[in-house]
Amino acid sequence: MSEFVQFFFSGITVGAVYALVALGFTLIYNASDVINFAQGEFVMLGGMTTVFLGLAGVPLPLAALLAVLLTTIVGFALHRIAIEPARGANAVVLIMITIGASIFLRGVAQVVFDKGFHSLPPLFGNAPIHFAGAAILPQSLVVLAGAAVIVVLLWAFIDRTLFGKAIIATAVNRVAARLVGIDTRRMVGFSFGISAAIGAVAGILITPITLTGYEIGTLLALKGFAAAMLGGIGIAAGAVVGGLLLGAIEAFSAGYISSQYKDAVAFLVILLVLFVRPQGIFGKPKFERV
Amino acid sequence: MRPAILDRVVSALRRSPMQRQWAILAIAAVALLMPPFFPSTYYYRVATLVFVFAIAATGLNLLMGFAGQVSLGHAGFMGIGAYAVAIGPSRFGIPSWLALLAGAALTALLAFAVGRPILRLKGHYLAVATLGFGLLLAIVFGNESRFTGGPDGMLVPRPILFGWSIGGTVTWYWIAALTFVLSAMLAVNLIDSPTGRALRAIHDSEIASRVLGIDVARQKLTVFVISAVYASVAGSYLAAFDGHVTPEISGFLRSIELVAMVVLGGIGSIVGSLVGAALLVMLPQVLTVLHDYEHMALGLVLMGVMIFMRAGIVPSLAAALARHRA
Repeated sequence: MSEFVQFFFSGITVGAVYALVALGFTLIYNASDVINFAQGEFVMLGGMTTVFLGLAGVPLPLAALLAVLLTTIVGFALHRIAIEPARGANAVVLIMITIGASIFLRGVAQVVFDKGFHSLPPLFGNAPIHFAGAAILPQSLVVLAGAAVIVVLLWAFIDRTLFGKAIIATAVNRVAARLVGIDTRRMVGFSFGISAAIGAVAGILITPITLTGYEIGTLLALKGFAAAMLGGIGIAAGAVVGGLLLGAIEAFSAGYISSQYKDAVAFLVILLVLFVRPQGIFGKPKFERV
Repeated sequence: MRPAILDRVVSALRRSPMQRQWAILAIAAVALLMPPFFPSTYYYRVATLVFVFAIAATGLNLLMGFAGQVSLGHAGFMGIGAYAVAIGPSRFGIPSWLALLAGAALTALLAFAVGRPILRLKGHYLAVATLGFGLLLAIVFGNESRFTGGPDGMLVPRPILFGWSIGGTVTWYWIAALTFVLSAMLAVNLIDSPTGRALRAIHDSEIASRVLGIDVARQKLTVFVISAVYASVAGSYLAAFDGHVTPEISGFLRSIELVAMVVLGGIGSIVGSLVGAALLVMLPQVLTVLHDYEHMALGLVLMGVMIFMRAGIVPSLAAALARHRA
């Protein structure tokens, strides 16, 4: 039982980060049909910028804030410089552009920062909390709480503000949204900015547990993408559930089966889910209109 | 905005069979005439890698350009071919050429088995399923160290054919060039066969082709298996040429690289696959002079080409040339 609780907590901690990455994917995908493979680089930028601003003597809370701000600007810039000029290109071309962007950002990080791994001090120290026989890091709870706050804030913003409704309208039907006077280009830009901010926060929260480095983005993008597809692409709740589920599956298979095959088990589960439900867990089957 | 690009892609797809044959003959001529201008064996080496990757890219292009299905896991099939020529001779005493064929057969079987459920998926779901499949293979190669040597990889014995030991960069250049030309011809023949026409119909509209009586699932599966075998053969060549293989051959980045070759060169253009392979093999070699700035430059080139030539290099240039003439 204590083992189970231990695996469960470490699973959903990492899963919360996957969920935030998947949420970023979902936000951008809904607004623009783009699958943004640079999403993992946002997570990396958040963590790395905080670390290096901290090393430069900036107090950590301020460093974290600046890091989120900077990453958000990168998100806006990515849309403005790389995605907007390629509007209307086919899906694979757009994916290649975001992959190019992720390689570029990784290259920048390796020059501006360095190639090492870095950590941040956890918010509430390292003394584990004992619960049901398991030792849980306080930072785990910080990650989970942080992720929950982001999800609620995002939901409130999207569902309760005029601006959020404009983003929904853009996602539902771009032409119709433009007809009622919504600047859809700006909305897509904003969804890139928000996604980047979410990624950055996730990166800062998880750094004390998993460390950060210029290369961590690739794997995170991959897992986040898988999580988003597991839940059903374009569905925010699906992204969150998919992320937590993926994290949990990984932790349980690492604990009970084999740590070497944890990624394999995770992807095997995704393949099986997709074979049974080709539209993801929460997705509705799509019918092509002739 | 969309129709203009589609038109360009379509015109590249509709190129006549004759034109395609000529293009391949031209490539063969270039491959034949190029070597005297190579200042050192290093150039042979790079050219060999270009042809080897072009084989895999051509196969993937059949799947992406003509059947309209994306695969982010094709490097997995490359890995099977690579480990076949590594494990076969060293662990089981099978000659390399037979191991290559066995690897290709195994790949075909595997692609056939997983193809049916995977190809039922559409768009991004297909992408994530193929990605997962490729990663599974990479993880297996990395962990079954009893056979594969684990993450450090293993040595690949030098192939022996009719008592003749194949080695040397120059020999490999000719083998790779010849194989590429043959596989490109095969691809062109496939494109102009009834299967190819059915595939292009599927690309345009799955429902319309089903109404016309095309067995969509079977045609997709056929081209998936063929493209997997292309990747497997390329993987065998790469491993035997390098003399060493690691699980990285099946990694996500390799798969992305293959897709990038197809998309950069031009989806649906066989010549484009070669150009894309050449670009992605040579670019990192050229960019090493930039040292730390290498990745930045690579990312910029990738973004730039895709933004300004979104139909791919070869179709975009062909269209520009046609406009210039008109």
